This record gives sequence, C-alpha cells and structure tokens, in this order.
Amino acid sequence: MAYVILGTCINDAACVDVCPVACIHPAPAEAGFATADMLYIDPQICIDCNACAEACPINAIVREQDLTPKLLRYKTLNAEMALARSKVA
Amino acid sequence: MSVPNQAAALRVAIVGAGPSGLYAAVELLRRDARATVELYDRQPCFGGLVRSGVSPDHAERRRVSAFYERLALASGRFRFHGNVEIGERISHADLCHHHDAVIYASGLSADRSLGIAGEDLPGSHAASDFVAWYNGHPDHAQRHYDFDHERAVVVGNGNVALDVARMLLLGAARLRHTDIAEHALQALAGSRIREVVILGRRGPAQASFTAPELLELIEQDEFEVVIENDNSFQHPAEADPGIALRLRLFEEIRRRPGSAGARRLVLRFLATPLEIVGGERVTAIRVADNELVAHADGALRARAGTSTHVIDAGLVFRSVGYRGRPPAGLPFDAATGVVPNRAGRVFDPRGGDQYRGVYVAGWLKRGPRGVIGSNKPCSRETVDALLQDAAAGKLECVADRDALDALLAECGADRVDYKGWKAIDEQERLNGLACGRPRVKLVEMTDLLAAARAPARRRAA
Repeated sequence: MAYVILGTCINDAACVDVCPVACIHPAPAEAGFATADMLYIDPQICIDCNACAEACPINAIVREQDLTPKLLRYKTLNAEMALARSKVA
Repeated sequence: MSVPNQAAALRVAIVGAGPSGLYAAVELLRRDARATVELYDRQPCFGGLVRSGVSPDHAERRRVSAFYERLALASGRFRFHGNVEIGERISHADLCHHHDAVIYASGLSADRSLGIAGEDLPGSHAASDFVAWYNGHPDHAQRHYDFDHERAVVVGNGNVALDVARMLLLGAARLRHTDIAEHALQALAGSRIREVVILGRRGPAQASFTAPELLELIEQDEFEVVIENDNSFQHPAEADPGIALRLRLFEEIRRRPGSAGARRLVLRFLATPLEIVGGERVTAIRVADNELVAHADGALRARAGTSTHVIDAGLVFRSVGYRGRPPAGLPFDAATGVVPNRAGRVFDPRGGDQYRGVYVAGWLKRGPRGVIGSNKPCSRETVDALLQDAAAGKLECVADRDALDALLAECGADRVDYKGWKAIDEQERLNGLACGRPRVKLVEMTDLLAAARAPARRRAA
C-alpha cells in the first residue's frame, strides 16, 4: 500500500519537505520541477507514514485504500510517472 | 540565515496577497524570527488568482490560500491591509520610506491580444476577464456575456482555455454545487451553448494542457470531447515523459466512446485565427490550417497553409497569456513582460544599479507561467536575496511603526484589516450554507466593505 497524489496537486511540495524516504518527485531541487504537471509518489518506496497527507495544504494526498472509484486512476498515474522517471534516470 | 546583529527588526511590505505574496510572507516570517510583514492588496480579500482565477470546479485548490494565511497569522508578526492600492493614497515612495524592503508580488492582470481584425467586436473577450467575472471579482462583476449562440470558440491551448470551456459546458446543475459567482450561475443557466471549440496553433504534443486537466476530460461525463487535426502520429517517439503522458491521455480521449450528452468540446489543433468576423457583434472566426515546420533549433513552429475555414460562433475568448503593466515607480521590460531583476532584486536595466530594498516575486519576476506551487521556490529565492541584503546592511527603514500607522490611517475607513477579511470570508460561507453551496461570493465592493465592517452583528446572528 502507498499514498497517492491526486490531480488537484498544485506542486506546493510541502510533502517533499516532510517525506522521510524522499519518494515524492520531482522535488523543487530536481530537474523537471518547473515544468511538472503534478507531483507523484513512488509506490515502491512509500512507507505509508502519512506525513505527506498531513503536510499537504489542499488535501491532495490520500491513502491508496481510500481512493474512490473515480480517483483510482491516480494510483496508476503515480506509479506510471515513477516508472518513467526511473527509466530516464 | 538569521540577522542577529541588526539593531531593529526588519519591517517588510509585500504587495499582493496571491500565492507569491503569501509564500514570500511565510518564508520571511519563518526565516527571520523578528521580522514583521505588512501585506497589502488592492482587494479586500486574500488569495489573488487563487480566489479569482482558480476554476470554481477546482475549488479544493483554493484551500492553499487559507493554509498559508493561517501560517502567516500564527507568527504574530503579520498584518493585512486590504483595499489599499499602491500608487493611490499610498505611493511606492511611501512604502519604501516606511519599510526596510518592499516585495512586489502583484502579478500580471492584463491579457495578451491576438492582433487580428475583429478583436474589438462585441462578443470577443479576454478569457482572463471572463474568468474574473465567473469568479466574482468586483472589478468584473458588471460584465455581460451573451450565451445565445450555440457555439463559442476559445483561442489558446493552456489550462485557462480548458477552464473557460468547462464553465461553458458543465451546465447549471453541476455549477450550482460550486462557488461560482451567483450572477454567472444565473447567466450560464440560460446558456444556449452546445459546443465549445478550443483552437491551438500547433499539435497535442505542443499544447500546454496539464495531465490532470486532460484526465479530468476523460473522467467527466457532462460533455463529449472530440479531437480534430491531430498530428500526434507524426511524432510517435516522444522522449519527454511528461509530454509522453499527455499524448497517452489525448489517445484515451480519442478512444473515449462518444457520449449521448447534448454538449461537446472540440479540441482543434493546427489552426491559426486570422480574423474575428461580424457586423454588430461576433458571428464567426476565420482560421487557417497550419502545418508544423521544424526550425534549426529543433523547435516545431506553426506555418499557416493556404486553406482557411470559417467557424460560426457567437463568442470568442482569447486565452493566449497574460501580460502586465509595471507597478508605479518600478522599471519594466516590455519585451519580456517582467520587472528587470536578478534573483528577485529589482535593478535598473540601463545603469544596472539595484533599486535598494525593492524586490519582485511571482509573475512580475518570472512571467506568467507555472502552477500555484511554482511560486514557492520563486518567492523563496527573493526572500533569500532580501535577507542577504539585510545581513549586508543594505536595507534601511526611515520611518517608525507609528509613522506607518499614521500613513495607513490616511487610507481612511475603507482599509480592510485581517479581521475585516475574515468577516467577509465568514459572511460568504454563511451565504453559501443558506443555499447548499460552499460559498456565495460578495461581488460588489460596497457589499464586501459592509461585511468587513460588521463582524459583531454577524457573530450575533
């Protein structure tokens, strides 16, 4: 299980500051932040600590198991974006 | 970085209570434990474009404003001065005189024009004005739009174009559950628009729609989405993962089964507007079909072909970006549309001298691009520069706090402080509760000011 960033994300990156395992990308210091459509959580690394969800100023991060059917798509989207990043890196 | 040896605590003016101003305020208050921030806005409200730009059906994003507003307030070193336009009763020189430093974070509010014939016809509008209208901005509440034609055209391929299209197509049943301005809800409830065409000069790979907004088009079932003049197949191997994702979402939109919905959105690519057609008002827009040509630098640019089309429409919205005018007293680079600056420090483009104690953040600093959160590192960089200058002894405040309060008193009773803004905020929420909406905005300045002045009466109610 992991946390998932939703499409309402505004790239505030408060989540990046509090994530203990640095699984949220792109961080403001990383390439691609300036042009990122949204941030995402790498589900392979996320440890389910809830810190990001607490830090998000607009409640755009939810637990995977709490995703409504309409939002399930964002679980895939986060995972896809994480995979695309690891391929490039 | 701290400023331990400074004799007096820093007093910083920030102009503009939108995202960049709020981010700058919170960053400054966090970094310098003694600094005070005086936040000015020409509106009596917080939020800037978070309040008057973010789409009503994306209202979750508006929470960011209240979040940072509370953080600033919790410092105990923060004051708000709403309904104060710098350049009127308080000048740029006044601000400089009464603060150690001034950060302009007031953004860009004018729209870019298309530069084609017919742009001034009734029915041809700036998307930014329309957005401000449906969001209840008091400067725009008096506008009038005719929704009596079946088609509207939006020129431009950014998220604002999609916002405008959704507002025109979602229908009153859906919009009624948002914080859209009441006058806009009423007007749109009587709309005859069945189709919105969004025009882009280039193809899907070059469009600026972000992935979540494209995904939203896939997930919604209020209207059909059609793609015309798609050239994605010409560039199948997209290396940029962000663009590759957007192209996959366009592909999904293309494969999406046509819905039985009565309304539809057309994303028409490779089209350049040539002329807005009409006599007394807009009746159509004439467009040229484009092809994409690779330039020496590798960029694909649109080249107008010889074939043209006429699209009948009663409304044309131009959504090709924002531009600004410089705040009075500051230099401005008309070519780039920003205030000349180095990491936020304003400087004279001719002599190269720094404007002592004057800084910019947000769109005034880097131009109209990015999302809300893009302003955070931008404002942080400006605050870095300011604190470095403070540590180097480059900042100076001539007048004391009493002199500032005397200056503010000259603004008269119309100035709205933080309590006044909270009174407005609560009144709007109460108005929303009464009719099952998240908020009903006050859109007349007289109503906003009346609400700001009546906290005691409201608490009793």
